[in-house]
Amino acid sequence: MKFPRKLAALSASAACLTLALSGCGADAPKNAGPTGETGKEPVTLSLATFNEFGYEDLLKEYETLNPNVTIQHKKAATTNEARDNLTTRLAAGSGLSDIEAIEVDWLSELKEYPDQFVDLKDPAVEGRWLDWKTEAATTQDGHLIGYGTDSGPEAVCYNGALLEAAGMPSDRESVAKMLGTTWDSYFDAGKKFVAAGTGPAWFDSAGAIYQGMSNQMSKAYENEDGTVIAADNPEVKEVYTKVLTASTQDNLSAHLGQWSNDWVAGFQSQKFATTLCPGWMLGVIEGNAAGVEGWDVANVFPGGGGNWGGSYLTVPSQGKNQAEAKKLAAWLTAPEQQIKAFTAKGTFPSQVEALTSEELLGQTNAFFNDAPTGEIFAERAKAVGDSPFKGPKFFAINDAMQQALTRVDVDKSDDAESSWAKFLTAVKSL
Amino acid sequence: MSVTDRVRPQGQSIDEEIPGNRDVRRLAFSQQVSKWDVKLSPYLYISPFFLLFALTGLFPLLYTGWVSLHNWNLIGGQGKFIGFENFGFVLGQPYFWNAVGNTLSIFLLSSVPQVVLALLIAAVLDANLRAKTFWRMGVLVPFVVAPVAVGLIFNNLFADQFGLVNEFLGLLGLDPVRWHSDQLASHFAIATMVNFRWIGYNALIFLAAMQAIPRDVFEAATIDGAGRVRQFLSVTVPMLRPTVIFVAITSTIGGLQIFDEPRVFDQSGLGGADRQWQTLTMYIWELGWGQRNFGRASAVAWLLFLMIVLIALVNFLLTRRIANQGGRK
Repeated sequence: MKFPRKLAALSASAACLTLALSGCGADAPKNAGPTGETGKEPVTLSLATFNEFGYEDLLKEYETLNPNVTIQHKKAATTNEARDNLTTRLAAGSGLSDIEAIEVDWLSELKEYPDQFVDLKDPAVEGRWLDWKTEAATTQDGHLIGYGTDSGPEAVCYNGALLEAAGMPSDRESVAKMLGTTWDSYFDAGKKFVAAGTGPAWFDSAGAIYQGMSNQMSKAYENEDGTVIAADNPEVKEVYTKVLTASTQDNLSAHLGQWSNDWVAGFQSQKFATTLCPGWMLGVIEGNAAGVEGWDVANVFPGGGGNWGGSYLTVPSQGKNQAEAKKLAAWLTAPEQQIKAFTAKGTFPSQVEALTSEELLGQTNAFFNDAPTGEIFAERAKAVGDSPFKGPKFFAINDAMQQALTRVDVDKSDDAESSWAKFLTAVKSL
Repeated sequence: MSVTDRVRPQGQSIDEEIPGNRDVRRLAFSQQVSKWDVKLSPYLYISPFFLLFALTGLFPLLYTGWVSLHNWNLIGGQGKFIGFENFGFVLGQPYFWNAVGNTLSIFLLSSVPQVVLALLIAAVLDANLRAKTFWRMGVLVPFVVAPVAVGLIFNNLFADQFGLVNEFLGLLGLDPVRWHSDQLASHFAIATMVNFRWIGYNALIFLAAMQAIPRDVFEAATIDGAGRVRQFLSVTVPMLRPTVIFVAITSTIGGLQIFDEPRVFDQSGLGGADRQWQTLTMYIWELGWGQRNFGRASAVAWLLFLMIVLIALVNFLLTRRIANQGGRK
């Protein structure tokens, strides 16, 4: 029985190889599309978030309320990880969760592909969020990409002990008055502080200050039609010059790159007196400055309001259970639920109603001299103006700008003019 | 199958079989199959590697070439066919050549000391030490630390204002080194991370090869009056020739593709404010994921591939010559 066995073996191994090879292309995802009805068929929804959204208990609650729904929660450790996952799978056309959480910073690139996301516009949720929050996630033709979750309204954090040492007031109200409402008044206060000659600088990093200022420009780098205006926009050059004058000429900067090891160490060695802080930054400062006394929050932000960070829930159109997913996303981002998430993990709400909740307004922070942080950031959130227009090249141009600032402020390898010239070259190369 | 038994002794008479005899034809086929078996089976047995390679190596390589000839967006996908425009654009960019320079500089600063030090450490480990296994495992410890963790540790050492190295230099009365703004200093710091991780690994490979050298060669050398150093240079190194070539080529490939260490060298991961330490792979990352221009990123990837092939060839010829000369002495 020699030959049949051999033939069988040969053909079997050939078949195995064919099978193994064809395995990768076999299953194209079935596009069932959104079903009209929700709430009857048993359904499994997947939800992908990152860091801490504070959703653990809420998901259990939702499953109890909707017995037909089972939720699988995937949590990425970092936003970068989540962003890589999202872009790669968007490109591949499959593999995303039914609900994908995104960061506000990714919106500019994702809004270029509205077809990839279900339009979540719905009369039922109209007016739920602060205007700027919804605006940022709406494309020019009115397609709403995501439901807002948390936000990052900015205030100014300061080290009261250092202010006192320089003979300045240190209580929240006086500091807010002293910092004033414009960037000029903020820098003027800094000049007075530095003139006292106590050692520390006024702010941590030129890049961080620029970030706060540039977010108040209606459009910094690009026009809506996609033309790049970064090089010719007088506003950009003006802010650039103002920040660097403050950094070099007036010596207000501690010359630290934000998030660098030196910056982290700068909190312990008390190298600077103020820093711009969105709500979530309080935790970062508390961690970096552990043991340092005197930190506090002033209810003010130069040049109006500012927002840094915050997330959205989207429903990718490649998903199979779009109607159920939209329902869950709407439920999770409702004010009542967001308040629970805020209590669990401190994610500051972007919903109008949540900003008046007792639980939020009553919150204080022991590390920041028992500042009424709930109340302060609720007010800061209302002060945020129109959301700036960010085009598809925003990320790349902003990176080049931050590098230009770092060359002058931190590295000191260029002066403002030569660094600006390099910035122009970088923008041209895009 | 009595037929088989009867016919078998006749051997090669298959070709002259009478047509129409079914049994004989079946036999002919069976012999054919066993011929195929002898000829094809070895290839089938090694084929999984090549199929996997085709799937995970060759296909991406060719596909990257295909992408590089198009306008191609990370999310938007394939655009217009534009021929070699991406290559032309990239080659005209000062940032590309800057990245080439940085890559070569970091590669030289890491590969050369890495091979030399690994050889020396291997020679020491090859000597009669107490607690041999302990020392041998010891040199491998840095290798099992994740590159990003190594990055975190060394970032604390090489921080500009409050770093350990600069504090130490300060104690000695020296000026602090500007690790994150001076180009060469940043390359040195990054090369240190790479060396920290890879020297032990390469030392173990060298050690394994050294132990395969017959001991009587050394005995003969000792009798001839050769000292330790002379033995190392004239016996050990020449006999390690294939291993040296292997290590040199793998560290070339690794060195030119260096990414993790420079990427975690600062907080933004773009290679410094003036691109002081932006390597080619980081440039690919910037083009592909920062600017989402996959076409240009693929063009750079192909150029990097060609560069590696070229340098590996030069490397191969050089190491062969050096080792040959050593052998002739």
